[in-house]
Amino acid sequence: MPDSQLTTAVVENLGNGYDVAALRADFPILSREVGGQPLVYLDSANTSQKPRSVIEAISEHFAEHNANVSRAMHTLGAEATEAFEASRTKLAGFIGAAQPEEVAFTKNASEALNLAAHTLGASLKPGDEIVISVLEHHSNIVPWQLLAQRTGAVLRWFDITDDGRLDLAKAEAENLINERTKIVSLAWVSNVLGTVNPIRQIADQAHQVGAVMVVDGAQGVPQRPTSVTELGADLLAFTGHKMLGPTGIGAIWGRYELLEKLPPFLGGGEMIEIVRMTGSTYARPPHRFEAGTQPIAEAVGLSAAVDYLTSVGMDAIAAHEEHLTAYALARLGAEPGVQLLGPSDAHERGGAISFTLATDDGEQIHPHDVMQFLDARGIAVRGGHHCARPLHERLGITASTRASLYLYTTTTEIDALADGLAYVRDFFGGKR
Amino acid sequence: MSSDVEAMYAEIILDHYKAKHHSGLRDPYQAQVTHVNPTCGDEIMLRLALDGDRIADVSYEAVGCSISQASTSVMTDLVIGKSVAEAMELQQEFTEMMHSRGEIEPDEDRLEDAIAFVGVAKFPARVKCALLGWSAFKDAAIQAAGSREGQE
Repeated sequence: MPDSQLTTAVVENLGNGYDVAALRADFPILSREVGGQPLVYLDSANTSQKPRSVIEAISEHFAEHNANVSRAMHTLGAEATEAFEASRTKLAGFIGAAQPEEVAFTKNASEALNLAAHTLGASLKPGDEIVISVLEHHSNIVPWQLLAQRTGAVLRWFDITDDGRLDLAKAEAENLINERTKIVSLAWVSNVLGTVNPIRQIADQAHQVGAVMVVDGAQGVPQRPTSVTELGADLLAFTGHKMLGPTGIGAIWGRYELLEKLPPFLGGGEMIEIVRMTGSTYARPPHRFEAGTQPIAEAVGLSAAVDYLTSVGMDAIAAHEEHLTAYALARLGAEPGVQLLGPSDAHERGGAISFTLATDDGEQIHPHDVMQFLDARGIAVRGGHHCARPLHERLGITASTRASLYLYTTTTEIDALADGLAYVRDFFGGKR
Repeated sequence: MSSDVEAMYAEIILDHYKAKHHSGLRDPYQAQVTHVNPTCGDEIMLRLALDGDRIADVSYEAVGCSISQASTSVMTDLVIGKSVAEAMELQQEFTEMMHSRGEIEPDEDRLEDAIAFVGVAKFPARVKCALLGWSAFKDAAIQAAGSREGQE
């Protein structure tokens, strides 16, 4: 099986000691086969794979330290509480938060965005405006639609340019962000187009009119060095499982002065101060936003993921991503029938690469069919609308195929994808 | 290497995908339904016309993958001209076959070209694609039969 050694044998050195083969050896799943072929995992924007250190940290927590946090007073409870709070501290440091209390754990980025919508929404009035964009993931659309329905606020949208960037000129012409704007919520990095949005610039506009800037960091935080102060956000939502951590844990970061003013989201244990039959008072942030037993083992796993990312270095990860994105855009773009979506330049662009594929006769091949044939070759991609239906509608298509990259992706895998696409195109074009 | 997937995309399926029998929306009709596959955005709008208890016509406009398109085409061949009860039995048999993980030996005399989809049943993620048109048909048949009874 010469193929199975291919991906692991490749050493890609960017000249800065970034050794993909060595990193890949830390991810047990990357050495498995799918359908008799070495796995080519190009679905990291969906969920990332996990290094051994994360898997072991979770296992060790359950084997040695498991207890509920905060309320269990015994030794195990103290150990679990310490590990849980240490994870918060580590995560806060990872994103450049001023203090650990600015980070509240959630189930995922969707829950974090729902938390933002619910708590910020408590002060909205009819006629107030919420601004999002057409390139958002459904999790940064639907919570705001629900909020607008509840409050009578108006939902307004950034459009995109043909190159898949936010159309700032159109927004200015429409006076999109104005004195009625109370909330602006945008993805840092698009999960479909890879577009890196100019958050700082838009946050400045939002702040000038007194609006709160919410950022969906689900794709950005795993891929780029994060400094919440430089980013310009007031609230930042992200998720653990896309950054080498386990599923079931995400977080919201917020400026402490803002968090302090926000009402609770979910009610329950641990988010209270005093509960009386006549009414309750609530804990201070972050615990105000953490009702019920938290994802404790998941927090421990996420902490190990942050350690892993830090040891590789977020600058190196971002550089690898840009290098691979440039390679993939060139390689896939040269493949007949492939129409790439999103910015054509790898600069200020994340590693989510979506495209459509047509036969030589110009017949579109549905992404489900593309995905199925690639899967038979061991290549995992996503086909569909990637939870961004309004964006696909805006682009005039119903679905696309998406390959997404991460710190363990190799150029050999991009080559395998390109070869696979040629095979699919020829199969449906009647050449096989 | 890819024999499984190529077997799944049997010639019959690809032929129907290209030909799309009975496609396009036509009048008259007694029921019109829209069904979607929320994970991929595939959509079908389907109309059903009854002549007494017989299915006189099934017409549709759909966007979707080859599996969903071909399955809808095969379905129209099978149900047009049959009684509602007969067509619903076929719908039931097809659905059972799709949920069998490829382990049911389908009855070719009854399901005709639809037996080609037994290969798709081995791929759980694609079962929904194959059922999209059939589910829309079932829904429309129930509505049309209901409104017919209402008139009687």
